[in-house]
Amino acid sequence: MALAERVETQPERPASLAARVVDWIRRRSGVKLSLVLGPGAFWLVVFFLIPLGVVLAYSFASRGAYGQVIWRLTLENYTRFFDWLYIRVFLVSVWIALLTTVICLVIGYPFAFVMARVPRRWRNALLVLVMVPFWTNFLVRTYAIMLLLRNEGLINSALRWLGIIEQPVTMLFTTFAVVLGLVYGYLPFMILPLYASIEKFDFTLVEAAQDLGANTWQVFTRVMLPLTMPGVVAGSILVFIPSVGAFVTPDLLGGGKVVMIGNLIQQQFLTVRHWPFGSAVSFVLMAVVLISTMAYFRVGGERRV
Amino acid sequence: MGRTADVELRNVSKVFDNSVVAVDDVSLEIEPGEFFSLLGPSGCGKTTTLRMIAGFEMPTSGEIYIEGRPMGETPPFRRNVNTVFQNYALFPHMTVAENVAFGLRMKRVPRDEIARRVREALQLVRLAGFEDRYPRQLSGGQQQRVALARALINRPRVLLLDEPLGALDLKLRKEMQLELKHLQMTVGITFIYVTHDQEEALTMSDRIAVMNAGRVLQVGTPLEIYERPSSRFVADFIGESNFLEGRVTGLNGQQVTVVIDDRVPVPARAQDGLAVGEQVTVAIRPEKIRLRPPGMERTDGCVRGRVEEVVYIGTDTYYLVRLTERCTVRVRVQNSQNRLDSGEAVGEGAEVLLSWVPETAMVLKA
Ligand SMILES: Nc1ncnc2c1ncn2[C@@H]1O[C@H](COP(=O)(O)OP(=O)(O)O)[C@@H](O)[C@H]1O
Ligand SMILES: [Mg+2]
Repeated sequence: MALAERVETQPERPASLAARVVDWIRRRSGVKLSLVLGPGAFWLVVFFLIPLGVVLAYSFASRGAYGQVIWRLTLENYTRFFDWLYIRVFLVSVWIALLTTVICLVIGYPFAFVMARVPRRWRNALLVLVMVPFWTNFLVRTYAIMLLLRNEGLINSALRWLGIIEQPVTMLFTTFAVVLGLVYGYLPFMILPLYASIEKFDFTLVEAAQDLGANTWQVFTRVMLPLTMPGVVAGSILVFIPSVGAFVTPDLLGGGKVVMIGNLIQQQFLTVRHWPFGSAVSFVLMAVVLISTMAYFRVGGERRV
Repeated sequence: MGRTADVELRNVSKVFDNSVVAVDDVSLEIEPGEFFSLLGPSGCGKTTTLRMIAGFEMPTSGEIYIEGRPMGETPPFRRNVNTVFQNYALFPHMTVAENVAFGLRMKRVPRDEIARRVREALQLVRLAGFEDRYPRQLSGGQQQRVALARALINRPRVLLLDEPLGALDLKLRKEMQLELKHLQMTVGITFIYVTHDQEEALTMSDRIAVMNAGRVLQVGTPLEIYERPSSRFVADFIGESNFLEGRVTGLNGQQVTVVIDDRVPVPARAQDGLAVGEQVTVAIRPEKIRLRPPGMERTDGCVRGRVEEVVYIGTDTYYLVRLTERCTVRVRVQNSQNRLDSGEAVGEGAEVLLSWVPETAMVLKA
């Protein structure tokens, strides 16, 4: 058996986290990174890194009496954030985003599973169904949800007509409404990467596991879930990040009663006109999102699939 | 009687989508410790038969018994059988040791016993030292053996193997054939082995069931299948055969005479239920035919012909010999002498005499 030589050696573990993420993506997608990164790098610098630098600079500046930015360097904007008032907003945002992500996962996984298993001609129909909401403006869709949830809305009217309730149930301007809006808005971002993962999954492995005595639950947890983990990780990140920073949905469906960190930032920039503080909050949010994403990548990426 | 068969199929049929008859009224009895092959061309229903025994498909009608118990709707994980899949189906996210341990983990066997049995199983398939590799770090042959170890560690009553060597190259396949046969004799487990490779089936099996179009055509030892094919399909699929169509003209004891194209009488092995005048096919294998120069005619069983083509294939030489306008036979002669030294004994266009032992020619009803 001179077959040992054929086995490739494991590549050395990249040192930095960023390099790890890039490596993780490369191993999973099989995309030639240089090809993608060439033109992408230009856009990234002009439309992302430069504005980001400007915001970073602002976050250390001060506010003048009329809301103008004064270049007196200070850390005040950051220390100010550690007030329970703002921390609470922050925690509520993370909680709502987590809830949204978990609900999207619980709904999205079975949906993506079915989509990957039905005959090919049905598959495209289901894909279109997932995409259809994108054809309508996000605001219009959010207003539509408002119409459904209002006290005089469709749901309450229907329930009253059926005699199930007498007084309308308050649904609009609650955490429930915000989570509903976010789930509705971001579910496709969960389904698509999950579908891509499950579609690649080799279903003879399910039979192999059953043959070896695994019941349905064991088949799922021991074989299917670990092997579709890249889809779970990607989908969760794609839902969590925009959810935690959302401001239109909590604004419309939360009606000022549910304040998320996105609303806080928006307020600081547009209403209070305290750009330096708004910038600082933005940076805290970004740092937290970045760190939690990295941590998540590590957990999901550790498993060698 | 006495022993119950390990696996028994009674009038089992499987129809897909209300129209595709994949398995058609198959009855089989597989004895304990037997190496039993299902042999047939692609699409004849071998995999479906195996999947019904494993419990992945339910028969449309008929019943499957394992160790004498009817299986009904018993799910795969409650059957005392294990499968080696055609593409191995190893778990890519688990190491070799984890793959092999999987079945015992599901049965909640104690840890130290799992460790011990994994070691034994890997030794059995000669993969000790590969515990921490991942499947993608193994060659095809090694993956194959991991799949075997993963199934055998559960000590099933019956092991089902679906073309397990199909993905390997020829040389490795030959090696693994012997190794598998040896392994089966060592562990004493009943093997049901699916293959479309007749040579593989002949080499390894105790008994073979030849299938075509969902039906079992013949069951027997390799010798019986090869020497006494009961149908034209079996004679053609297993090894090579010449088919000569003709009419029975004479019956005497062990031997019948069949006249080809109303002109050439040939001898063949007698068989029950033949009548003079009946239209039949005589099947004779190319290597059973002797080929001699003319002028040495004996009284019985010699047929005259003309060589049309000579093909040298190394170990043997093929001669295509014309008997009548409509009938040719292929003759295979072993090159026991150095053909360069002895010269071309019989060339194209030569007149030759063909003869064979009558028992080697089978009469098949038309
Ligand atoms: N799940 C299925 N649905 C429909 N037809 C099937 C299915 N599985 C097998 N068949 C059909 O049944 C027949 C036998 O298939 P199979 O048992 O795989 O043959 P083999 O293993 O001998 O090549 C084929 O015609 C095949 O197309
Ligand atoms: Mg098959």
